[in-house]
Order: sequence, then C-alpha cells, then structure tokens
Amino acid sequence: MPEANPAVAHQFEDAEQQLHAAHFGMWTFLATEVLFFGGLFMAYILYRHAYPHDFAEASKHTDLLYGTLNTAILLTSSLTMALAVHASHSNQPKATVRFLLLTLLFAAGFLMVKGFEYHEDFAEKLVPGPHFNPALPPRAGLFFWLYWTMTGLHAIHVTVGIGLLAVITVLARRGRFSSRYYTPVEISGLYWHFVDLVWIFLYPLLYLIDRHT
Amino acid sequence: MNRGSPSPKTLFAVWAALLLLLALTWGVARLNLGIWNPVAAVTIAVAKMLLVVLIFMHVLYGVRLIWVFAAAGFFWLCIMISLTLGDYLTRGAF
Repeated sequence: MPEANPAVAHQFEDAEQQLHAAHFGMWTFLATEVLFFGGLFMAYILYRHAYPHDFAEASKHTDLLYGTLNTAILLTSSLTMALAVHASHSNQPKATVRFLLLTLLFAAGFLMVKGFEYHEDFAEKLVPGPHFNPALPPRAGLFFWLYWTMTGLHAIHVTVGIGLLAVITVLARRGRFSSRYYTPVEISGLYWHFVDLVWIFLYPLLYLIDRHT
Repeated sequence: MNRGSPSPKTLFAVWAALLLLLALTWGVARLNLGIWNPVAAVTIAVAKMLLVVLIFMHVLYGVRLIWVFAAAGFFWLCIMISLTLGDYLTRGAF
C-alpha cells in the first residue's frame, strides 16, 4: 500500500485526483467570472456600435500613460505569479515567498496608479451625473459609466486577489507547500491570471479607441 | 495532471512577448486604419489572452478536459454576444 499523503482529503483516491477536482472547480468559477464581466462587455459593444463617435471622443479623455503603465505592471505581475507557482512545485519555498511578495507589490502598484488616475478623472469631471464635463458629447456619459463600472469591478477583483495572495504568502512562509502539495498556489495563480486577462481587454477597449488624430 | 510545466525561461519569453504585443497595440492605435483599428486591437488582445491562458495558466500542459473547461466560458460568452447582436442589429433601431 502506498504511503498516505497527509495533504489528500479522505474523499479523494490520490493527490492527482484531488488536483484535478481543484482545477476543474476553479475553471468553472472562472467561466462564471467570464460571463459576469461578459455582460458589461456586451453593453460596451452595443453602445459603442450605436454611438461610435461619442465613444471615440470620450475615450480620448482617459489617461493613456496611466493605462499603458498599468497594463505593463499587471502583465509583469502575471510573470512573477507564474514564477511563484513554478518555484512552489519545484520545492523552492524561499523563492515562492519572494515571487509572491513581488506579485503583491505589483498588485499594490497597479491600485496606486489606478488611484492617481481616478483622482485625475474626478478633477476632469469625468464622472457621469450633474457635474459631468459639459464639453463632452451627449453620449460620452455612457462610455464613462462603463469605464467606471468595468475598471471599478476589476479593481475590486485586484483587491480580492491581494487578500488571497497575502494568505498564500503567509502559508508559503510556514512551509506548507512543496512538489507534493502546491494546489492553493496554483489555484490562486489561475485567479490572478484571470484578473490580468480582463485588463488585457479593458486596455484597448477603453484607452485606445481613437488615438490617431 | 501536468504533463511537464513551463520552465522559467519559457515564462520570461512569454512575458517579453506580452510586453512586445502591448507596445504593438499602442503603436497600431496611433495609426489611422479606419475599421481595422478595432480589429487590430481585439486581435492583439486575443493573442495576449492565448499566451496567458495556454502558458501562464498551464492549459497547454493540462489534460484534454481542462481544455474543455477553459473553452466553455469563452464559448458561452460567444453565444451571448452573437445572439444579442443578432437581435439588436436586425431591428434597424440601433
């Protein structure tokens, strides 16, 4: 009889089956997340199709520098996350903690840049409502309603990711993960890469509509 | 489950490709390509998505059932978008 792995819960045959179950569960959750954001992307497609010129004009008022910088930050955080997963399953606990801390640092950097950007958006009166910038075209409010909702919802996901990765970092520091059991690192990694994926689409759709004039 | 997994070298190469694609999408957006601007922007975003999903998220190295699970969300998203557009675009009011 093979040696029992203490990290395998009693309902599973072996560690591999348990890993399968965790992967399928996480991908199912991510499918619901795709549809959650998908509704907003759907609204975006319809309104951009209906009011292309107003959307193009409104999009010029987003901050291209902050948006591009944040895309680079998130792409890099995905790299450090993938390196953390690699380190955890090749038995390098110290490297795992180091890469997780780097990922957390980039995540916090992303929120900081977004905060500066929101601050400037407020100053430019880009919040739809009674104080909305009157110089903008009539349907620009729709664009900015989508801008605030989509980036806001994304920022909430980044914040949740920071909480999740902080817990994983503490567990990694306590030496909980090795090549035998690193599922939580990998599953949190999937979540973090998903957050990156959403931004990969938000960036061209919100910042790059009309930058050639 | 993992038939091998990407080496750090591969991960760095993917990261470099992602940053290159970011520079490309930024550069292309500055050219006036008319209708091709949004097409280029979405195509580049999809290329970045594939790199992240296949390599960073290990789908390339996973069993076939993982491919099905990963594609399912995207598949349903396509159903939602195509049926909704099929409705709105044929009403003539939008």
